[in-house]
Amino acid sequence: MAKARGAIVVDIEKCKGCEVCVVNCPTNVIRLTREVNGKGYHYAYMEVPEACIGCANCAVVCPDGVITVYQVKE
Amino acid sequence: MNLKDIIKPENLVYSKTPLLTDNVMSYCPGCSHGTAHRIIMEVIEEMGIQSETIGVAPVGCSVLAYDFMNIDMAQAAHGRAPAVATGIKRCWPEKYVFTYQGDGDLAAIGTAETIHACNRGENIMIVFINNGIYGMTGGQMAPTTLPGMKSSTSPFGRDVATMGNPIKMTDLVAQLPGTYYVTRQAVHKPVNVRRTKKAIRIALENQKLNKGLSFIEIVSSCNSGWKMTPVQANIWMEENMIPFYPLGDLKVDGELVKK
Ligand SMILES: Cc1ncc(C[n+]2csc(CCOP(=O)(O)OP(=O)(O)O)c2C)c(N)n1
Ligand code: SF4
Ligand code: SF4
Ligand code: SF4
Repeated sequence: MAKARGAIVVDIEKCKGCEVCVVNCPTNVIRLTREVNGKGYHYAYMEVPEACIGCANCAVVCPDGVITVYQVKE
Repeated sequence: MNLKDIIKPENLVYSKTPLLTDNVMSYCPGCSHGTAHRIIMEVIEEMGIQSETIGVAPVGCSVLAYDFMNIDMAQAAHGRAPAVATGIKRCWPEKYVFTYQGDGDLAAIGTAETIHACNRGENIMIVFINNGIYGMTGGQMAPTTLPGMKSSTSPFGRDVATMGNPIKMTDLVAQLPGTYYVTRQAVHKPVNVRRTKKAIRIALENQKLNKGLSFIEIVSSCNSGWKMTPVQANIWMEENMIPFYPLGDLKVDGELVKK
């Protein structure tokens, strides 16, 4: 099976730090930052970017629709 | 491979639909309303019916849905969305018309409108966000609140002997001849989001064929009202709400699904 590499881009100022994406990532890519955005929320980022497979699960469950997903099949 | 080799327009696999406005949604972090809004708009985009769809927003946390859904919308008085949608659909039978309602709106103050629109078989889609509570006004008990569930007006848990039983609206409307498609879904996990999206597509395709009313309950969480973190609320929902409000189709193509 072709391996896929992925990456997500989070709209930092719109992220509300709910963590729903974090628990729904099958490869444990996402964490919340220590610092906060303009609204005071810790926001999502890729802690383990090399593990991202671009499955879009995080974006599909993000209540605020702030995740964009990219994928390359190797 | 470098991140900048992956993050390129030609590798894009998912981005927010333009049918959601760029306004920051007014919902609490992790609220199911946001996901429900997004997938309805995704289906409308995929069907290419943005200019042919009219939504009716309720009273409740989603009262401002028209600020987020980039389509024509009306806003109804509390519980009256199915009546307003009936009027709109009868004036413009060729439009796609839907209501978007919470459980306080649909199953308490709007019970009559819900039941009669379903029974008349109005050719609309009703999306029912059941979070078991009145979210907007501070987490009061709703008709859908589970037995034993704490709310601000049942602080020791819902006692069915004095406070009555929760009402399963979706099971009820499935019995009515006017409903054509009745299903109960959720949006807390990717698989559920994808199933709910399929249900919305089926409902709107039914409407195109004038089949009657499609009713989609989305079992939802209200982490603020339940006084939990968003992640805890989704777990609580799965362990407590879904056993009481089991997911799946109740009626397909006008026929009750045998369990
Ligand atoms: C006629 C009328 N009665 C009462 C209210 C107060 N009220 C506003 S929202 C709401 C309940 C909303 O709960 P629900 O439909 O479950 O939606 P949620 O906020 O949980 O999404 C109530 C009772 C009102 N706005 N109008
Ligand atoms: S699900 Fe969305 S809003 Fe919530 S933390 Fe993740 S990116 Fe932020
Ligand atoms: S795209 Fe899939 S693998 Fe990548 S962060 Fe999102 S959920 Fe995790
Ligand atoms: S109060 Fe509940 S239903 Fe309303 S926005 Fe907050 S979490 Fe959502």
